[in-house]
Amino acid sequence: MDHLLFLIATGLARGAIFALFALSLVLIWRAARIINFAQGAMALVATYAAFAVTGMTGSYWAGLGAGILAGAAIGLGVERGLMRFTRDSHPLAGIIVAIGLVMVLQALLGIFFGQQHRPMHTPFSDSPLTVGGVPLLSPYDIFVLVVALAVMGGLALLFNRTSMGLQLRASAFSPEVSRVLGVRVSLMVTVGWMLSAAVAALAAMLLVPTELGLNPHSTDVLFVYAFTVAVVGGLDSPVGALLGGLVVGVAMTLVTGYLGATFAPIGVLVLLVVVLLVKPGGIFSMREARSA
Amino acid sequence: MNRIAPSLTGAPRTIVMGAVLTVVAIAATFGLDPYRNFQLATIVAYFCAVAGLTLLVGLTGQLSLGHAALMAVGGYAYALTASLATDMGLDGLPRFLLGMAGAIAASTLHGLLLGLAGARLHGPYLAGLTLGIAIALPAVTAQFSGVLGGDQGLRIDRDDVPAVLSRLIVVEQWQAWVAIMIAGVVVTGLAAVRRSSLGLRMRAVRDDETAARLSGVPAGRVKVVAFTLSSVAAGAGGAALCFVTQSVSPGAYTLAFSLLLVVAAVVGGLGSIGGAALGAALIVMLPWLVATLTDLVDMPAELEQRLSGNLGLLVFGALLIIVMLARPGGLAGLRRGRRTRRTSAEDPTPPSGPDAVAATSPTGATAADPAPASALREMPANDQPRTPQTVLQSPTERER
Amino acid sequence: MSQQFTARRLAALAGASAVLVGLVGCSTPASEEEAPPSASGDATTAPVEPGDSTGVTEDTVTIGTHTPLTGPAAAGYSSISAAATAYFAYLNDNGGVHGRSIEYIVKDDGYNPSTTQTVVRELVQQDEVFAIVNGLGTPTHTAVLDFLNENEVPDLFVASGSTSWNLPEQYPFTFGYNADYVVEGAALAQYAADEHPDKKVCLLGQDDDFGDAMIEGAELVFGTGGLTHIERYSVSNQDVTAQIGALQAAGCEINLLATINGFTALALGTSAQFGWFPMWFSSSSGADYPTLVTYLGEDVGPQLLQGLVGTNYLPSLGSEDEWVTLFRQINEDYNDGAPFDGNTIYGMSVAYTFAEALAAAGEDPTRESLLAAVTSGGLTGNGIVPLSFSEDNHAAYLGVGITMVDQGVQDYLGATYAVEGGTVTAVEAAPIPLENDALPAG
Repeated sequence: MDHLLFLIATGLARGAIFALFALSLVLIWRAARIINFAQGAMALVATYAAFAVTGMTGSYWAGLGAGILAGAAIGLGVERGLMRFTRDSHPLAGIIVAIGLVMVLQALLGIFFGQQHRPMHTPFSDSPLTVGGVPLLSPYDIFVLVVALAVMGGLALLFNRTSMGLQLRASAFSPEVSRVLGVRVSLMVTVGWMLSAAVAALAAMLLVPTELGLNPHSTDVLFVYAFTVAVVGGLDSPVGALLGGLVVGVAMTLVTGYLGATFAPIGVLVLLVVVLLVKPGGIFSMREARSA
Repeated sequence: MNRIAPSLTGAPRTIVMGAVLTVVAIAATFGLDPYRNFQLATIVAYFCAVAGLTLLVGLTGQLSLGHAALMAVGGYAYALTASLATDMGLDGLPRFLLGMAGAIAASTLHGLLLGLAGARLHGPYLAGLTLGIAIALPAVTAQFSGVLGGDQGLRIDRDDVPAVLSRLIVVEQWQAWVAIMIAGVVVTGLAAVRRSSLGLRMRAVRDDETAARLSGVPAGRVKVVAFTLSSVAAGAGGAALCFVTQSVSPGAYTLAFSLLLVVAAVVGGLGSIGGAALGAALIVMLPWLVATLTDLVDMPAELEQRLSGNLGLLVFGALLIIVMLARPGGLAGLRRGRRTRRTSAEDPTPPSGPDAVAATSPTGATAADPAPASALREMPANDQPRTPQTVLQSPTERER
Repeated sequence: MSQQFTARRLAALAGASAVLVGLVGCSTPASEEEAPPSASGDATTAPVEPGDSTGVTEDTVTIGTHTPLTGPAAAGYSSISAAATAYFAYLNDNGGVHGRSIEYIVKDDGYNPSTTQTVVRELVQQDEVFAIVNGLGTPTHTAVLDFLNENEVPDLFVASGSTSWNLPEQYPFTFGYNADYVVEGAALAQYAADEHPDKKVCLLGQDDDFGDAMIEGAELVFGTGGLTHIERYSVSNQDVTAQIGALQAAGCEINLLATINGFTALALGTSAQFGWFPMWFSSSSGADYPTLVTYLGEDVGPQLLQGLVGTNYLPSLGSEDEWVTLFRQINEDYNDGAPFDGNTIYGMSVAYTFAEALAAAGEDPTRESLLAAVTSGGLTGNGIVPLSFSEDNHAAYLGVGITMVDQGVQDYLGATYAVEGGTVTAVEAAPIPLENDALPAG
């Protein structure tokens, strides 16, 4: 029982990061109907920026802020410089251009920074607090959970309570009508990309300190699992991303703890297959996918 | 083609074409040294997989990010059956045929299962499922390391040059021959499918699934068949590679390799078999070319180490982006470029404007016009230079 | 493909093939029945020569290797080939071996076995190397084992602790370099049993051959099932919290580690987060102090690594060994002062060992004389015990020494173990002294 509690607590913190990153994929999907395969690599570039700023100023928070800004700037650059041109092209152009971008960014990071891991530190202790003899969440885990929930809450407010949010939603769901009504749809798509890339950068910056360190491949696994989370939850659904992230995080830790580490990727695949077979649009898909 | 064999049409012509090209490729192996023959064999094995992928993506619009894993299925099945055959005392042709049968059976089964799941899924969801497969492969081989050999994979005995040929060719050349023959059969089959009414139905499903259903096309079944065919092609490619290298291991079939197959299909030109050949050659030759070029430039060891490998990746990524944005028809579309421009000039209002996001359905298909219905009415007319196939194969042209 | 395109290409190909068929002669096998494929492209191998001197010219010897310079595995290993290159540059500047300079071709395989096959064939068939030296990685090198032996290319000093390289009957051309993982597991377990007989010993291992072999070694000492608890990790998941939690719950006091450096760091870091500080006994593959410090960070690294027990068989970084002093100097002069760590020593040691073998292979080395030099038993290497190569043993080191980190210095404790025929025995360390500034004279 203690072991179970311990595994669930561990999984939750990791799941929160998956959830945050998955949310960033959902944001882009809602804004531009593109699965951004380059999200991991873009977030990684932002994390390198954060690493550099922290190195220069000695402040974790300055690095975090710089990383988020860098994330947004990269989102802007990628949308205006590349993705904008995929829309009237081949239907799969968005995905394929993003895959190309991953290769370009990873190659550039490898060329400029080399392959070695650079350690990143957490702003709070990562020793778990013990409750009744069972090590549960560490202060850093709690920080991650709080940040993740705050970002999600903030985004919910932005989308549901502000005029900007309304415009974002309108241009995502019905761009032509929105344009007629005076919404600057193209600007809204750009804003969606910036928001999404900034959230992804935040998720990457939260994850990297808990792992081996910063490296051109640090976000490969994060992207894959977050993508799984987004698909399981339903690409249209922020709630799906949140719950999916926590479920996948906990499930992975449980599988690792009880069945062995080797089995975890298989477990995730099984989850993916089962969910997609039962609900092809993800658990929280609002409606049948809009087929024509 | 008309000039060469005007009387041949339809499937027989495809088969004759395939046979002729196979013989030509086999003849070409005589001009290559052993290492180049090995490279050729690798290209040809990749060609099988890329041809399958390009057919799937180009014709049905289903994107698979797990084709490397499907190649691995073929490779592992070949290795397991061939080892079994060795244990039974077989070698040479019977062992090879058994191995191939095993590879085809396993990849058919996997393709069918994936296709059944995938037919219900749209664009990104299918991409997600296939991505999951690519990620799970090393875990599966580690989990069943007793049978699949963990991360070291499996090794098989080498098939030597048959006695009759042993004075004429060396083993690398023989391996290239076998790979070419496998590819010849597989790709000829795919080309025939592409030109058949099944190919036409695939395009109809890609362009507008609803319209296709209304026209009586069983969209689900078409997608499953397409995925299965594509999987068999990938599996045959994996088996060919296993034959050539006598080994199969998870490290050779990573997600990065799956993405490289996508690069090959896209840069070659989605839906184009000839493009697939060019794309397969590109992904084998480009890293070598880049390495050779960087060797020529004198630079500090540290920089050279960083550039090595990364530079190739950079070029692949850049190519993928440039081709997709500037020339979605890929290399195979270059020749048709002039015609495309002319036709688009005749049609001043392309259906999808810059912000027509809504027109893009989640299937990833642009549901802008009733093209599929008209495509269905046109029957394949192979002796015309502009058959529906040629019209439809380039995505830029499709919207007409 | 459009039909016009096809037709034109077909015509072009048909024309080209007519020319190519005329070139048949250039690709047909040499007249002997058993001609190795590599020799088929040219007729340089005249039968009158006493041996195969491919890759050897008047003033050069060309050798090659495969190693990951890109991809996730590059992080831990790319510095090895750079260090070897630096040593060869030093050697060449000092006259080379028998007046020949050594050209070391390093090919990136991204730790992908399929790429390894391509680059090794390129090395053998295009670049016509004399030997493959220090090809890196178990799955990668396994993929070219048959090819190299069928083509009779010396395959020296493979950079991996797998036992597959020591199969002289099956692979007469292949020789390992690392002490194998069974030896390391057995030595660490024996040290634990000798020094801490009452403690519970557990193991955290990679979920592949590496982990399996370490377990096998440890069970030579403790008996099958003798380890208190075993946990495995997968390199694809950099979260070992669940495994560390399980080890802690099992009451482990000594954890043997079959981990690469990154995961040693993760294991130590994660358990420190739990406030759990057992003893860690790591394989040499995951016990390199400077590398571990870069993973853990300069601030907490030294503290966490205090007392880390490891194995090694090469000159130890922390000692004021004359080998280390010289290698440091070579690293400054020929390697742009790259970070100096265990990989640097490893790369230079391998390169030195090859130079020693080449020098012993005679004035005019052939592949045959090179192999004879290695199997003669005359090579000493630069480790803490002499090299153990012989006709029927293709493993370099059958014994390893135990090291420990103390106050940021990692050095030998003196305990040295050898494994032979499944039994572990304590032996005396016999470090090989530096001679002639590491310039083998032959």
